Amino acid sequence: MEVCNCIEPQWPADELLMKYQYISDFFIAIAYFSIPLELIYFVKKSAVFPYRWVLVQFGAFIVLCGATHLINLWTFTTHSRTVALVMTTAKGLTAAVSCATALMLVHIIPDLLSVKTRELFLKNKAAELDREMGLIRTQEETGRHVRMLTHEIRSTLDRHTILKTTLVELGRTLALEECALWMPTRTGLELQLSYTLRQQHPVEYTVPIQLPVINQVFGTSRAVKISPNSPVARLRPVTGKYMLGEVVAVRVPLLHLSNFQINNWPELSTKRYALMVLMLPSDSARQWHVHELELVEVVADQVAVALSHAAILEESMRARDLLMEQNVALDLARREAETAIRARNDFLAVMNHEMRTPMHAIIALSSLLQETELTPEQRLMVETILKSSNLLATLMNDVLDLSRLEDGSLQLELGTFNLHTLFREILSLIKPIAVVKKLPITLNLAPDLPEFVVGDEKRLMQIILNIVGNAVKFSKQGSISVAALVTKSDTRAADFFVVPTGSHFYLRVKVKDSGAGINPQDIPKLFTKFAQTQSLATRSSGGSGLGLAISKRFVNLMEGNIWIESDGLGKGCTAIFDVKLGISEGSNESKQSGIPKVPAIPRHANFSGLKVLVMDENGVSRMVTKGLLVHLGCEVTTVSSNEECLRVVSQEHKVVFMDVCMPGVENYQIAIRIHEKFTKQRHQRPLLVALTGNTDKSTKEKCMSFGLDGVLLKPVSLDNMRDVLSDLLERRVLYEGM
Amino acid sequence: MNTIVVGQLQRQFQDYIVSLYQQGYLDNQFTELRKLQDEGSPDFVAEVVSLFFDDCAKVINDMSTSLERPDHVDFKQVDSGVHQLKGSSSSVGARRVKNVCIAFKECCDVQNREGCLRCLQQVDYEYKMLKTKLQDLFNLEQQILQAGGTIPQVSMN
Repeated sequence: MEVCNCIEPQWPADELLMKYQYISDFFIAIAYFSIPLELIYFVKKSAVFPYRWVLVQFGAFIVLCGATHLINLWTFTTHSRTVALVMTTAKGLTAAVSCATALMLVHIIPDLLSVKTRELFLKNKAAELDREMGLIRTQEETGRHVRMLTHEIRSTLDRHTILKTTLVELGRTLALEECALWMPTRTGLELQLSYTLRQQHPVEYTVPIQLPVINQVFGTSRAVKISPNSPVARLRPVTGKYMLGEVVAVRVPLLHLSNFQINNWPELSTKRYALMVLMLPSDSARQWHVHELELVEVVADQVAVALSHAAILEESMRARDLLMEQNVALDLARREAETAIRARNDFLAVMNHEMRTPMHAIIALSSLLQETELTPEQRLMVETILKSSNLLATLMNDVLDLSRLEDGSLQLELGTFNLHTLFREILSLIKPIAVVKKLPITLNLAPDLPEFVVGDEKRLMQIILNIVGNAVKFSKQGSISVAALVTKSDTRAADFFVVPTGSHFYLRVKVKDSGAGINPQDIPKLFTKFAQTQSLATRSSGGSGLGLAISKRFVNLMEGNIWIESDGLGKGCTAIFDVKLGISEGSNESKQSGIPKVPAIPRHANFSGLKVLVMDENGVSRMVTKGLLVHLGCEVTTVSSNEECLRVVSQEHKVVFMDVCMPGVENYQIAIRIHEKFTKQRHQRPLLVALTGNTDKSTKEKCMSFGLDGVLLKPVSLDNMRDVLSDLLERRVLYEGM
Repeated sequence: MNTIVVGQLQRQFQDYIVSLYQQGYLDNQFTELRKLQDEGSPDFVAEVVSLFFDDCAKVINDMSTSLERPDHVDFKQVDSGVHQLKGSSSSVGARRVKNVCIAFKECCDVQNREGCLRCLQQVDYEYKMLKTKLQDLFNLEQQILQAGGTIPQVSMN
């Protein structure tokens, strides 16, 4: 072995130790060099590590440590100064870096530790969120099921469909084995199995309502787990193999309310519940989860609402059907009533006609009979016949009118007529009876009473005739006064106020008689049909008692009022009525009289300036005739002899009235002479009218043969003269003015 | 215008005229005459009746002359007088006078002088009677008019 100049190491004794140190250092160095490489490699792989600078430092520190240990290898043997220098540098660096790293680590290690803590925290949170997610998901699913169920339930108002759908949907949603609904019976003492899910035809199966399990369920609004062996849950024949699934029951309130507020369930006053029983599949070991129970409760509420709506709808449909039936029945009744009325009217009309015809015959023939020569007894008999038949005719008219009035089918026939004339005509109609009874009638027409009015003339005449007739009928002595006036206001009846409008006025007619009078208590009865006061005085008079009732109805139709005042029995009475009439524009209206005469032709109501010639030997009657014609507006010339007449007559005169009362033919000569005078101007010849005291056929024939245009019976009334003049001037001939 | 007085007078008038009708002095023709009285001829009735009475007086006088001598009676003249009276009385509505005239005519037709004289007397009596009555009536009318009222219309047999 070569020996060097240096200190001889103690190789043989410490050689082994040295060798081991040598090897250890070597490995340390390798490790020190490889660790940073590994670190770098892994850091490069994971991009997340935030402390690169630390790694670099650490790497440097380890590299330097390794370098130190590596250099240490050379220091075991003698080594030069450079090696020592390098060694020293290395160690110094290492020291610096390691110190720096140590300092750095003080900062870093807490951070690293907190990262760990955060990681733990986040893991916990994630676990929590997972749980909540699970919850929400289940709730959402529940909600979806409920919505779907509700939609299905509410899409129909038919009770059966509702319940069936509920069971089906619940069964599907919750995957039930069986689902059943028990409804209370009518008596309320039992629950009857009404609907089941699987079994198609539920058997008539009831359980009493007072079972403890049922009470338990009805006592709470929540779904209650019940034993599968309870009677309500035992829907299928039990075969021993199965372990029955859990059963839940919930109550379904049966209400009839249509307005529910969510938090405001009304106190269940009816206390009628149905029972819904739900069974999980057997042998499934499934449990009822809370969310499933909640689902069931919600569904039960919805079903309750839907059922109550269905119940209300059923009721309203029933009511509607009932109403329709009633409607049909009423319609039928109305039609029957109408038919009856029509039949009655037809009957009345026919009977009326049938009865009137013979009546007319009787009246006509009796009148004719009256005109012939009769002995006093015969005359009396004929008069009685006539009176009775007239009464009967009036009765028939009254009955027919009254029935039409009651129907409301009577309508006023409005027309224009002369009010003054109407009253005079009425008076002339009543005259005969009044004469017989020696009762003078006076007529007092107010000066402001319009002459031409619009109204129902015939019916007004009927009213006045009725009242005046009554006055005459019930008076044995005294007098009767008829007054007609325009009334303004302040009428007797408190509920009837008279307001004269522009084109209307209210006519008041007062008929006062001095007859038997009426007891004030009987006055209200007067206007009722068929009632007559039973006083002795009136018993002898005839009449049906309909007259006043009809008059009252007519007066009402004319928007008026009628009443009777009496101071008592024996003091006479006054009948007063107001009716509404229209005012018409005076003189150019056509005059229509209540007694139909000649059909209406346009008449001259105004003869102003009409030149006429009057020939009469009798001064007085000449004056009267002149007065008549002057009153009608004519321009009258009078002559008293034939010669004078011939001299005076000219084409200006339109009419010549000649008196032919004197016996002989001379009077008619004048007519021939006038004809001769006007042979050339035939169209201008005045009309010739004879005034004579008798109008038998011979006189008429004579007049015609002598060329007279008309004959008039003396004395001529004013109305007669007016009519005659109109007719004459219209038709240029007159042989009816008798 | 004193309404009460007028009312009273009117009632009086009514009752009076009614009584005239009832007693047969007047008939409907008189009513017709009254209708002819208007603003144009306010005294028409009075004029006519006064003419009638004058006429009556004259005719009666003439007839009386004719009937005076029992052997020489001009029945034609009497007949025409009666005819005239009948015409006049029916024109004014003097019912009683007219009725007497009818009877008079019958006597005249059979040339019964005694009957005619009787009738003549009756006619004379009747027309004079009627004259006084109508005079009273017209007085009443005047009173009513002076008191400011209106004459009521009366319609009778």
